[in-house]
Amino acid sequence: MDKYECSICGYVYDPAAGDPDNNVAPGTKFEDVAEDWVCPVCGAPKSEFNKV
Amino acid sequence: MHPVEICKDVYWVGVVDWDCRDFHGYMTAPTGTTYNAFLIKDEKVALFDSVKAGHGSEMLCRLAHVVKPEEVDYLIVNHVEMDHSGALPELVARTKPEKIFTSPMGERALRAHFDCADWPIEVVKTGSTVSLGKRTLQFLETRMLHWPDNMATFIPEDGVLISSDAFGQNWATSERFADEVNRSLLGKQLDRYFANIVLPFSPIAQKTIETIETMGLDVRFVCPDHGLMFRTPEDVAWVIERYKELAAQKQKKKAVLVFDTMWHSTERMAHAIASGLMEQGLTVKLMNLHMFDHSDVMEEVWDAAAVFVGSATHNNGMLPKVADMLTYMKGLKPKGKIGGAFGSYGWSGEAAKDIAAWLTDMGMEMPVAPVRLLYVPTHEQLAACTEMGRTIGKLVADKLG
Ligand SMILES: Cc1cc2nc3c(=O)[nH]c(=O)nc-3n(C[C@H](O)[C@H](O)[C@H](O)COP(=O)(O)O)c2cc1C
Ligand SMILES: [Fe+2]
Ligand SMILES: [Fe+2]
Ligand SMILES: [Fe+2]
Repeated sequence: MDKYECSICGYVYDPAAGDPDNNVAPGTKFEDVAEDWVCPVCGAPKSEFNKV
Repeated sequence: MHPVEICKDVYWVGVVDWDCRDFHGYMTAPTGTTYNAFLIKDEKVALFDSVKAGHGSEMLCRLAHVVKPEEVDYLIVNHVEMDHSGALPELVARTKPEKIFTSPMGERALRAHFDCADWPIEVVKTGSTVSLGKRTLQFLETRMLHWPDNMATFIPEDGVLISSDAFGQNWATSERFADEVNRSLLGKQLDRYFANIVLPFSPIAQKTIETIETMGLDVRFVCPDHGLMFRTPEDVAWVIERYKELAAQKQKKKAVLVFDTMWHSTERMAHAIASGLMEQGLTVKLMNLHMFDHSDVMEEVWDAAAVFVGSATHNNGMLPKVADMLTYMKGLKPKGKIGGAFGSYGWSGEAAKDIAAWLTDMGMEMPVAPVRLLYVPTHEQLAACTEMGRTIGKLVADKLG
């Protein structure tokens, strides 16, 4: 599973960890994260993320 | 005021804003502020950061004591927020720089702020270096500390860290260095700035300090963009340690009670809760929102273990100053607090419940149900408020010893 980095703040979404604080279960692929999910650090939308 | 030499050929050329009371519209600055800018005279002349619009000519006048404006070769934009970029168009026009260095996010932000298509912008990233001759500029992006564009510049030959808003304080003084002013007043302004601006980015502040420590940078001068600079080994160590505590949101045995009231019943509840907390040995801050604004409150909240919010019910909801406070506090993401809600009401009584929902939403632990009472408190009802304070006070005392 690929990791994705926020191009605004550098936060890395790791699918193994998910983002449980924001209802994304560990093991969720970035592609499967809800479209209205935002970067937990800076609030940027999913479209600002790039594969690392 | 003349330029102030920080170390040989490195000067402070900023501006003291003695009149500032409203800091960027979201917090108050009771002691004014400064917009710090720095000039390095080497084979190349470099000017770091700028000042708020309206202060550009004062800055130009100050730096002209060291070099002629047109002798400036490089501008370094560590942060695009307008307190450090407002005077930039004027500076660019007067200095005609050969290059303007900024971070990738800085470039994006500059283009969104200014008509700068013909500025000689050059993007630098973490690890990029630029030589001034005898000195080197090392750039370190500090994204989201507190804007995406924030960057720090380190000059290893002098051990100078130009840290942008990090380590800043809003304090207008004639002195420029931490060793020349009262330490506890300085600490208060450092905390107030952090609590109102940097708090949501505490994990990033912690990571940045770790990065500086693991890189083994020999930091001898910490030069933030607001307030006093740090130039002695003791002061440099002090400000870094204090930032670690701030970023860790290290709690004290302390509770903040913030409230608004029309006919004083909610206020009396606050005092009763406070007496229960004090019985358990807590320090208590009672903050009536008619006397304190939301930035005063956050200055106290960051290191409190418990936060109580109270409001009388007004037109089926909380009073507007309380709604303001909650919106502001939620955005600053205080961590690890115990919360409590309270309020007096006349018929429908929504306020305390609505407040409890907000505090829960902020991730606060809510061990006691909201305390509400009809109109004017009876002796028994005040005793119930005191009991709430005692219960939460005991939890705090057990947690923090
Ligand atoms: C302390 C602070 C926090 C900010 N937080 C955000 C944010 O979370 N998301 C965002 O998109 N912009 C944020 N901004 C940027 C502002 O929205 C931006 O500067 C905007 O242009 C200001 O508009 P105004 O001139 O009407 O005040 C923040 C600005 C400041 C000063
Ligand atoms: Fe982000
Ligand atoms: Fe800023
Ligand atoms: Fe600033």
